[in-house]
Amino acid sequence: MLYFLETAENKETFVTMPFECENISFGYTDTRVVENFSISFAPGNFYGVIGPNGSGKTTILDLLSKHLEPEVGRICYNGKDLSLYSRKQLSKQIALVPQNFYINFAFTVKEIVMMGRYPHLPRFAAPTPEDIHIVNEMMEKTGIDKFSDRFITELSGGERQRVVFTRALAQNTPVLILDEATSNLDINYSISLLNISEQGVKKEGNTVIAVMQDINLAAAYCDYLIFLCEGRIAAHGITRQVLNPNTIQSVFNVDAKVYHESYSDSLQVVFKK
Amino acid sequence: MEQSSTIAIRFREATAAQILCLIVALVGVIIVSAGMGYIKIPLAAIAKIIATKISGKLSLIEGLNQIFPVVVFDVRLPRILTAALVGGGLAMSGVVFQGILLNPLADPYTLGVSAGAAFGASLAILLNIHLLGTYSIPLFAFIGAASTLILVIYLSSSAEGLSSNNLILSGIIVAAILSAGISFLKYVADEQVSIIIFWLMGSFGSKTWADVALASIFVCVGFLIFVYFSRDLNLMSLGNRTAASLGVDTKKVTLILLSTASLVAAICVSVSGIIGFVGLLVPHMMRFITGPDNRRLVPVALLSGGILLLCADTITRAVLPTEIPIGVLTALIGGPFFCYIFWKQQKTRKLL
Repeated sequence: MLYFLETAENKETFVTMPFECENISFGYTDTRVVENFSISFAPGNFYGVIGPNGSGKTTILDLLSKHLEPEVGRICYNGKDLSLYSRKQLSKQIALVPQNFYINFAFTVKEIVMMGRYPHLPRFAAPTPEDIHIVNEMMEKTGIDKFSDRFITELSGGERQRVVFTRALAQNTPVLILDEATSNLDINYSISLLNISEQGVKKEGNTVIAVMQDINLAAAYCDYLIFLCEGRIAAHGITRQVLNPNTIQSVFNVDAKVYHESYSDSLQVVFKK
Repeated sequence: MEQSSTIAIRFREATAAQILCLIVALVGVIIVSAGMGYIKIPLAAIAKIIATKISGKLSLIEGLNQIFPVVVFDVRLPRILTAALVGGGLAMSGVVFQGILLNPLADPYTLGVSAGAAFGASLAILLNIHLLGTYSIPLFAFIGAASTLILVIYLSSSAEGLSSNNLILSGIIVAAILSAGISFLKYVADEQVSIIIFWLMGSFGSKTWADVALASIFVCVGFLIFVYFSRDLNLMSLGNRTAASLGVDTKKVTLILLSTASLVAAICVSVSGIIGFVGLLVPHMMRFITGPDNRRLVPVALLSGGILLLCADTITRAVLPTEIPIGVLTALIGGPFFCYIFWKQQKTRKLL
């Protein structure tokens, strides 16, 4: 079931077929962090993973990006078992924006973003004009070009997060994994980065899988939501169907009201204090 | 500030020029220091002696004092080259340790490599082991360093791989035990105690071409491995998770780089005794010039570490009235200098 299109104009047109997770489980020593997780991710969709702290969200992302391997079950990417891919191959397919994160060495912003191009470059090759173009383009898009020559160690947490996000965008992969990638950001930057990710989904058929804390932000961007609770899927489906007071009550144990907000044309959740 | 970083970036990009300058400087320092010492030898004579050795034409050194070739070739050059190789090796492995442990203050000795080497050497001296003649002490030092490394890696490895905090902690624990062991050996040792102490302070006195060969093999192989993995090392400064998503097999690369860097450091220690601060200071200083990109930093650190330690050794050998152990000199100069850098960095960081 390998869907792989190679067209004359664009050598890198992959039709990402679902990430398919078949019944995967994972645990550290005794406790299972993820249990019986089965789900398919189809291309051209924005997926949100939502759940309380310690519900196994980051572990799911680690499993999908092959940072961890499932103990039970298997994950297929493009119809092929994930474990059969080399790291190098995967780095051209999946980009990751990690959660928290600090860099001890004074790389410049531009150097960091250029690291997103490394998977596409042989080990000792200098960046091609195309790589430089992509890097500059992405920095402009995310608005970090204003400080492209500053050192990453001098930046604020939010600025750093935007640099790391841009680095993942420059990697130019069909799948983008976001682990609370906008948690340190002001709302304007959160929206602009999520807009850019959404564009990739709508225009290029990319897949975004995002762990998000802000349910309203998730409701605004995600086509599908996956609710996790204690390592299991509590609910999943199309956002409009799955996002309701019952789900929120069962997952977060909080009373909430869910309504359609015409201003943002998305569902909104308000919580009872 | 904007401007200062632009200048810094321009500096970073002039890598080829920097490396060329450093190579010229290293060759220059080697030749100049070969002429310095108890017997002063003019530079022209040194050039002629080296040319003769390379080309084999004896006519070049006709008319020179007959003792000059012996002094230069059999006494000074082995010492000079060993010092340069050890300096380069320590600096280069410092770069790698700092990169892997994500800690700009790590050095080749952080993982207990030096304590292991020192313990091995002390044991060899105490037990008066002469299995391999002059090589006995280096061999024991090397075994000590290598087994310490294996123990430290074993202690710190978990299901999730090697974490840098675990590595540093295990290194400190093992080094503390070994230091106590060394103190015990010194206590037990009677007459040999002065030999142990002298060895621990480090020295390039009476080095031979065999030492040069040994050090150069390890330093060269290490250099090639470091350069090959230098881009992966860059990515690893973004954290293991991100590095893995950018195509780095972090577990494998960590293990390869860690063992290579430790072996290079162990060889340096076993050849010369313990020489501190080179592996800590040189990468730190060079990062100001080249930036943290390891593809540039590794060769620059190799060359500048060589130059620095050679200069220090020449100072103790030929400039100071009595020769003080090189390890003491590097610590005396390097320590306060490092304090200054550290203090200055803290200040500027607060201002930003």
